[in-house]
Amino acid sequence: MNAINESILTWILLLPLAGAVLVALMPDRGKLPNWIALLTSLATFGFTLHLPAHFLLGQGGFQFQIDLPWIENPAIFYHVGVDGLSLWLVVLTGLLAPIGVLASWNAIKERRKVFFALFLVQQTAMFGVFISLDLMLYYGFWELSLVPMAILIAMYGRKDGPKAAIKFFLFTFIPSAPLLVALLWLYARTGSFDFATLQILITHGALPAGALFWVALAFLFAFAVKVPVFPLHGWLADTFTEAPVALAMVVAGKLGLYSMLRFHIGLFPVQARAAAPYLIALAVVGMLYGACLALVQRDFWRLIAFAALSHLSLITLGIYGLTFTGWDGAVYQILNHGVIDGALFVLLGFLYDRYQTSQIGDYGGLAGKLPRTATLFVIASLAMIGLPMLNGFVGEFLILSSTFTGVSKSWAIAASLGVILGAAYMLWLVQRIFYGPESNLATSKPADDLHFRELAVLAPLAVLMLVMGLAPSLWMQSIETGVHPPPLKGSSVLPASALPIPFHGEVQR
Amino acid sequence: MNPVPDIFRILPEVILTLTGVAVMLTDASLPPHWARRPLGWVAALGATFALWASLWQLSLPQGTGFYGTVETSAFTIFFHVLICGIVLVALLLSLDTLPADSHHQGEFYALVVFGAVGMCLLTGAVELLLVFIALEISSISTYVLAGYRKQTGCGPEAAIKYFLLGSFATAFLLYGVAMIFGATGTTQIYEIAQLAASAPNHSLVLASLALMLVGILFKVSAVPFHIWTPDVYEGAPSPVVALLSTAPKAAAFALLLRVAYEMFPSLHSLWAPLLWIVAVLSMTVGNLAALRQQNVKRMLAYSAIAHAGYLLAAFAGLGNSGIAAASFYIAAYAAMNVGIFAVITLISGYNDERPLVADFRGVLYRSPLLGSLLIFFLVSLVGIPFTGGFFGKFYAFTAAVGGGAVWLAIIGLLNSGLAAAYYLRLALAAAQRPADAAAATALPAPQVGIAVGAALLLAVLATLVLGIVPGEVLHAAEGGAHSLQAPPPSIKVPGGFVRGLAVEQPPAP
Repeated sequence: MNAINESILTWILLLPLAGAVLVALMPDRGKLPNWIALLTSLATFGFTLHLPAHFLLGQGGFQFQIDLPWIENPAIFYHVGVDGLSLWLVVLTGLLAPIGVLASWNAIKERRKVFFALFLVQQTAMFGVFISLDLMLYYGFWELSLVPMAILIAMYGRKDGPKAAIKFFLFTFIPSAPLLVALLWLYARTGSFDFATLQILITHGALPAGALFWVALAFLFAFAVKVPVFPLHGWLADTFTEAPVALAMVVAGKLGLYSMLRFHIGLFPVQARAAAPYLIALAVVGMLYGACLALVQRDFWRLIAFAALSHLSLITLGIYGLTFTGWDGAVYQILNHGVIDGALFVLLGFLYDRYQTSQIGDYGGLAGKLPRTATLFVIASLAMIGLPMLNGFVGEFLILSSTFTGVSKSWAIAASLGVILGAAYMLWLVQRIFYGPESNLATSKPADDLHFRELAVLAPLAVLMLVMGLAPSLWMQSIETGVHPPPLKGSSVLPASALPIPFHGEVQR
Repeated sequence: MNPVPDIFRILPEVILTLTGVAVMLTDASLPPHWARRPLGWVAALGATFALWASLWQLSLPQGTGFYGTVETSAFTIFFHVLICGIVLVALLLSLDTLPADSHHQGEFYALVVFGAVGMCLLTGAVELLLVFIALEISSISTYVLAGYRKQTGCGPEAAIKYFLLGSFATAFLLYGVAMIFGATGTTQIYEIAQLAASAPNHSLVLASLALMLVGILFKVSAVPFHIWTPDVYEGAPSPVVALLSTAPKAAAFALLLRVAYEMFPSLHSLWAPLLWIVAVLSMTVGNLAALRQQNVKRMLAYSAIAHAGYLLAAFAGLGNSGIAAASFYIAAYAAMNVGIFAVITLISGYNDERPLVADFRGVLYRSPLLGSLLIFFLVSLVGIPFTGGFFGKFYAFTAAVGGGAVWLAIIGLLNSGLAAAYYLRLALAAAQRPADAAAATALPAPQVGIAVGAALLLAVLATLVLGIVPGEVLHAAEGGAHSLQAPPPSIKVPGGFVRGLAVEQPPAP
């Protein structure tokens, strides 16, 4: 078992890549690429489940670590590991992969090979971002994750794929230039890209504070665009409109939010504290702005995009409230968002496949013809709104209550307004698509409710929404070990005003 | 220690010369209607042997031959291997893509090989007259190759432009050589280095540095000496551009490294800011101009200018790190640039002067293999991790940051973000669904022959190796840097010269 623990992360990382190579080598015949991709992603999901099963709760810091020299000069290590923060994000990525494959089963009709090969490369890149503990390795995967995404948006865009793809790519690629300079600067000063080493050096004041301000800002900027934080969300709506369902599910939120927690707050707690008031303000503005725009959209992809902006802003609020409860809620809400948005995307993708339009006005009265679709859509919407007993409630409650008690009452009230608006646009969307009189479009096509395959995709997500809402402690226990780990060695030298250091690891070298 | 026979010091050049002569004579003596293609294989074989001979030179002790005019060191071997490799790939590419009815195929192969002789000699020469001769050998071959397609289009115009401007630049270089000879009374680089160090502010030394920089910067197509580049790239046949854009540049950069770090290290404070400015200008002008290009060959010409700028950024680094970074970058750039021109040759044909971005639409559908390779090389040019382009930029900007030029790194990385826009435009056009799918699939997919397949395989492997396990190559580049910086073996400073510097200082003991 020990041998497995020591290599499991490498397997998780390489299996999708191996699947991609296999897809690329096999002939593009019928559904062969689909099957290879499905089996690979299921196997990878199986591997990711090994992590929570053998995760030691009592133990802080990183587990399942692998630390091997990769490149001698500069000293880049293949250093990977997970803690309570990244554990479930890895599992979530693993879960969404087979769901994405199944959701694309019939939607992708041509060049299946390219699609599934790139989709699997994307998985490797995402796993890499979540498990890398060497900043250069992390940066590598961070950049790599852009490429398959951009190509697939261009290939399968619904209307103007290439334009959306370029927008997406440049929006995220250009801010990573300052990020790379910041990394190089850190390396030039410290001789290390290792997360834990840098964390210790920075907290002990080994680097000049004036320069660290800029370094931290470069990190924050790159992450804020990726999340996206208002007003850097220009790419989001176009990407959601054009991207294939399987990719839109995975693109927003997770990577940027995780990086904020781990690499902005985790590495630069002092600078993060200084930036927090601005980010809180931007997050609340983003919540309200996203919600208001979602209310007036006529296209359901754009509606979901602005809804996502609103929800991701809520998570940003939880992160930069800088409270443990807020962080618990934020991490949990990242998971929720992945599950709920995944389900909504799959459902809307099915509607789009059947009716070939994303104009909400064309729909209406589908509940009678597609009862299963309607039921699942309502469940997902309610979870998104934050109905108690469903998962969205737990995260939203934790974030809002921590903001109320730990940050400021007025911001909390403003944020709650955003949540209420969220209920408005989601319920209105449900009402316009599924209820009311049947539209011409709905009557023109025969009833074609969810098939077995589609139910197989959605049922687990719906069950998860319920279980995560009823028994959050299953997840929360391990998340908490990541969010407030036992105190760092030597932390007594810290000034009393400094934050307790979250998300830390043990220094290896 | 036994002295190394002089001939071993120039073994690769000897092999290449013999190959070239053999190819040319055989071509002249064969009956006109016989196929010339086998001569290409002979030339490729010669390049392979030369490559092997360069590697064999590793077993020689570092030192000079032929009265201190030619050097063998880790530095020269690095560039010999690189140039022979590029020439080999370019020959393999030409073998399958030169039109079969061309009457001058034999000449073509001979010219390529003779060009390689000049470039190899240029990297090994440590005596300025030999430098000049080597530069002329390489230039004259490339002038002829640029105008190889003399009947059609802008081929002749390109060749004339290249020839006139190139001769002009070489004249500058020669003038610089004359000045430094006037100042020091010698043309041996080690001796000049010692003498120049003793009087760094001598006006003749300064003038010589400036003139030589002009000559070399022209060859590497750095702004403001870049005007010829787009025209030549457009007019020359694509396989020739694959060669022109890489091998002579590698040789010229080797010369620049030698002039900067071996001949005038004492003037570092002078040339470093100059190159800093040229670097910024080159990348910015190159990228801005490339953004507007519709012609892929012109676009890549401007991209080559921009890459010269990134490469010059490495010169801001201190000593070894700068040299190693620059050497590595050249290798990475050569791998991906040869690769992309090979793909372009295959897709748009040997003759196409104006392959437009729009013509590449749907390439991925017409030929999945070539489409994927095109995107792969473009991704590497963008500088995405796990490709050679990334580590090239990485080392160059690490060197710059290490040398204190943080701003240069920031400008460079922002520029690479800008550059992503036009590379991506091409990549995404290739990925996009063709406007008329039926017509596009009806077009025959370009045939990939054995020779060109081998060329592509070499380029892909090189790009991947440089991106995933760059350690070995970087190690070799560092070895080269050490050998360039090492104090030269034994210098006899001439005491007999009476003019210029020699007067101002006593002869060394």
